[in-house]
Amino acid sequence: MSASPNPAAAGAELEFSLKNRRTWVNLALTILAIGLAIFAALPLASVLVMLLTRGVPVLSLALFTELPPGAGTVGGGIGNAIVGTIVVVLVASAFALPLGFMAAVYLAEYGGSSPLATAVRFSGKILTGMPSILAGVFAYASVVTLMGSFSAWAGGIATGILMVPVVMLTAEEALRMVPNKMRHAALGMGSTRAQMVLQVVIPTALPAIMTGVMLALARAMGETAPLLFTALFSNYWFEGLGEPIASLAVLIYNFSGSPFENQVELAWAASLVLVVLVLLANITAQFVFRRQKVQ
Amino acid sequence: MSAADTDLGLARVPAASGSGTVPLLQRVVDRAFRTMTISFGVLVIVLLVGIVYQVLIHAWPAMGQWGVEFLTKPTWDPNTNSYGILAEIAGTLYTSFLALIFGGILGLTVALVTSQGFLSPRWELIFKNLIELLAAIPSVVYGLWGIFVLIPTIRPIAQWLHDSLGFLPFFSTPFKGPGILPSALVLSIMILPTVTAVSREALAAVPARLPAAAYGLGATQWEVIWSVMLPTASGGVFGSLVLGLGRALGETMALAMLVGNAQEFGWSLLSPGTTLAALLANHFPEAGELEVNALMYAALLLLAITLLVNALGTYIMFRTTRNLQGLG
Repeated sequence: MSASPNPAAAGAELEFSLKNRRTWVNLALTILAIGLAIFAALPLASVLVMLLTRGVPVLSLALFTELPPGAGTVGGGIGNAIVGTIVVVLVASAFALPLGFMAAVYLAEYGGSSPLATAVRFSGKILTGMPSILAGVFAYASVVTLMGSFSAWAGGIATGILMVPVVMLTAEEALRMVPNKMRHAALGMGSTRAQMVLQVVIPTALPAIMTGVMLALARAMGETAPLLFTALFSNYWFEGLGEPIASLAVLIYNFSGSPFENQVELAWAASLVLVVLVLLANITAQFVFRRQKVQ
Repeated sequence: MSAADTDLGLARVPAASGSGTVPLLQRVVDRAFRTMTISFGVLVIVLLVGIVYQVLIHAWPAMGQWGVEFLTKPTWDPNTNSYGILAEIAGTLYTSFLALIFGGILGLTVALVTSQGFLSPRWELIFKNLIELLAAIPSVVYGLWGIFVLIPTIRPIAQWLHDSLGFLPFFSTPFKGPGILPSALVLSIMILPTVTAVSREALAAVPARLPAAAYGLGATQWEVIWSVMLPTASGGVFGSLVLGLGRALGETMALAMLVGNAQEFGWSLLSPGTTLAALLANHFPEAGELEVNALMYAALLLLAITLLVNALGTYIMFRTTRNLQGLG
């Protein structure tokens, strides 16, 4: 009784009532916030709906087997651009995956927090934040001017530069998730550091490392800016790594400004194919990672 | 065994080379593997230094020729070899800051809605993944979407803004289609996932007893958010905005497709403009030797601006997480 001299008044205070200013301010802000959040998701919905409504009707066998149509002609496909994107990503992976992975092994297993390791990690962070077009500028300055022409090599190197930090930073994290007692056990049984890393640590961390690799591939496939003035574009099939090469991303860019309806349709179809490829890589990454967590 | 190995708890483990029982071959392999990983680590540094070096030496002739005047002249004319990037710098900053306003408000709201108990955990996860999906879509696809969906959609709104609010400098020109407004809108969609993810992390780092104490004192949900969550996480939220800005400044494709590529700068949101990255994308493929040098100078500036902003964002995040540890 002494704790609550006026129980009736206290009860009124605790009632949920819209007459209370604090209640309706809270309610209004909640409605506003959820409204804004739904508004933020609209562009994604719109992009996906457009890809389906404008991309899917164009899908056909010819889309995957034919060359891009010229101005004002009908039909044609994006076959060379699909091949080109795969070739560029393969060239990029060929140097970016070993480089990023081995650097990650250094960071996680040998570098610790030494000044050199800190510098490597810092470089990786800087490379992550660097605008992708600057990778193209670098490849132009070092590869295109050296070889004298636009080429698949230059495009692959520009794209690879963007993959290196993704692979390195995710692989380092994956290696660090391996419990130290596994390292101690391997060393205690008489293995060398190299044997421990190669036969115990890396196999254990492999699924998580693959997640990073898939994320890097997803990023590489969608990149356009580094290809614009390195790989350029080609209206023909793959002619060798020393020649300009087509890619889905640059095809979308070129055809987006086209006055011809047929080319615009192909740009939408190419976008659909590209987004499906990128999402597949992302989903694979998540799937691989989740299985790892369950174990 | 170097001091660097101590944080793995391996400092007391004898190095393979010091043990007589390990076969010679294994010792050589051990050493070689270690050296190899170190050299790959060094290669990553070399890569970054190489990028800066290549851009710098190619920009050098242009820097000598035009100097500071390059930054204050708004013309870009390959015919007379007269180059300046004032319009590009202004356009880059203008579109990025506009994107930061739109994307910042939306991104922070999404972070709050998906972390402060407005939705069930299941829906929070679904919504969070949807926003992360935004980051997976290539920027060239956003550019295409901007041309064929966004610009037609905002055209009537933009016309109305010009007709009724045309006396303001922001709406002083008629809407032409490609320009500052559609660019800023697409940019804000592109930085939204960054702002949301980093802000969410900052909000999650707030110790649970702080909001619990505020609720215990009778605060409403939004009173807790305004007076406890946001002030405590403010450093991280600010860091998320700076990192989003870094992303917006360097974005190329969507802008090259949407900004209109007019070699001029105006305050009107409805007018076409240009940005540093769009300039590089549009002029590099067909540039002559002197123009390439001028473009390299522009690239160097873009590199410097984004490095500065990203370093600032990373530093803020680092300091914030360190400060919050004291509260736990």
